[in-house]
Amino acid sequence: MMTTEIKEGLYYSLEHEWVRVDGEQATIGITDFAQHHLGDIVFVELPDLDGDFEAGSSIGVIESVKAVSDMHTPVSGSVVAVNEGLEEAPESLNNDPYEEHIAVLKMSDKTELEKLMNSKEYAAYCEKEE
Amino acid sequence: MVLQRTPLFPMHQKYKGNLIDFGGWELPVEYEGIIAEHKTVRSKAGIFDVSHMGEVEVTGERALEYLNNLLTNDFTGMEIGQIRYSPMCYEHGGVVDDLMVCKFSPTRYFLVINAANTKKDVDWMQKQAFAQGVAITNVSDRFAEIALQGPLAQEILQPLCDADLAAIKYYYFLPKAKVGGVDCILSRTGYTGEDGFEIYTPPAAACSVWEAILNDGGDRVAPCGLGARDTLRLEAKMPLYGHELDKDITPLEAGLGRFVKLDKPSFIGKEALAKQKAEGLQRKLMEFEMLGRGVPREGYEVEKKGVRIGHVTSGGYFPTLDKKLGLCLIKSEFAEAGGEIEIIIRKKSVKARLGKGLFYKRAKK
Repeated sequence: MMTTEIKEGLYYSLEHEWVRVDGEQATIGITDFAQHHLGDIVFVELPDLDGDFEAGSSIGVIESVKAVSDMHTPVSGSVVAVNEGLEEAPESLNNDPYEEHIAVLKMSDKTELEKLMNSKEYAAYCEKEE
Repeated sequence: MVLQRTPLFPMHQKYKGNLIDFGGWELPVEYEGIIAEHKTVRSKAGIFDVSHMGEVEVTGERALEYLNNLLTNDFTGMEIGQIRYSPMCYEHGGVVDDLMVCKFSPTRYFLVINAANTKKDVDWMQKQAFAQGVAITNVSDRFAEIALQGPLAQEILQPLCDADLAAIKYYYFLPKAKVGGVDCILSRTGYTGEDGFEIYTPPAAACSVWEAILNDGGDRVAPCGLGARDTLRLEAKMPLYGHELDKDITPLEAGLGRFVKLDKPSFIGKEALAKQKAEGLQRKLMEFEMLGRGVPREGYEVEKKGVRIGHVTSGGYFPTLDKKLGLCLIKSEFAEAGGEIEIIIRKKSVKARLGKGLFYKRAKK
């Protein structure tokens, strides 16, 4: 079986997105498991700055050679920053999924974090998904 | 539905292919990754399991006459050991399938057809058969097929093969050659835009041929999946049935007029195709390159100043060229290289430019 990297201290969603919390801000990205299953990523469509999003809604698109996938936000909020470097180098999501985030949101409801998984729960979830 | 497995299935497990349902076949989409495999084939060599392809034998005194009626190309004057590509059309000019015809003898031809079309093709071929003088036999179960593709294909295969590979010209084959000690049909053909070979082996011996090539080839060759097969074929602008060709698209519209011999006395679809040619084409297949941000994909609409003029038949990101390109079937009045069009990607209009010679061509030796 493949080994998937999981970082401690992050929140994880069922759709293989991670959230790093810093006060009111949530930095979100896709997990190592997600990038591996997508395959070579060739295009990223980022959300508009100031856009408001509900938890679970699509905030962007990630395209690999073989597929087009929506990127969801695990938490509700408004976009305060995006990782513009992905427009020029989308493949960096494959190389370093936990360093290369998609966007930073100002959270509107921090209690949503309670519905997400911790690293241990997520590791067990990935094992089942394999 | 139970997925069919090819004789090489144990190799996909051993080499950890990422297996998917490919038109009812359980086949690897990738091993190491599509882009890595794509680059390996362009720079060294890759091997592919293409055992799902269908094979049909056409035999009998009237085999040539039959093929010349069935297919749009002309098979008169072919040498033994030669191969010709051809569309196979319906009466209305749309395409049943595209295929390769290998001549074993004046009374025996071997046809290689698309996997997903096998049953449809064989039914159609049998329906067109004469009462006497020709027999059509689906022999797909008798063969596994391995494609070895890439600039190093010949040097990798030569030590394993009893024949002089340099003597096999492009689009020729040997009816019987030994590869790794196994009797095979060996052709110099492929679907990647590179030099290479396709090896038809008895099913039981397929794994041993696969292993012999990988072991002997060492780091010059890697197993490749269907993902890279698709990016390679499209980067080299090779048509795929269901995309550039279909029952509603004629070979003339797809730019394959050189394989339609309207000077033959008759063949299925001739009337419709001759009429289409005389009246002028309503649609043409064109190359385009993205100018704006986005990846063009099959089925996306194509517009000109907000008005729909056609659709994308295939598209994507191409690693060798590092470009986002596509093929589109559009109204002829707009089919001019240099013209700007719009590709509709997720309801947004993204600029692209029609062109010529945008796709990959390997350097001639």
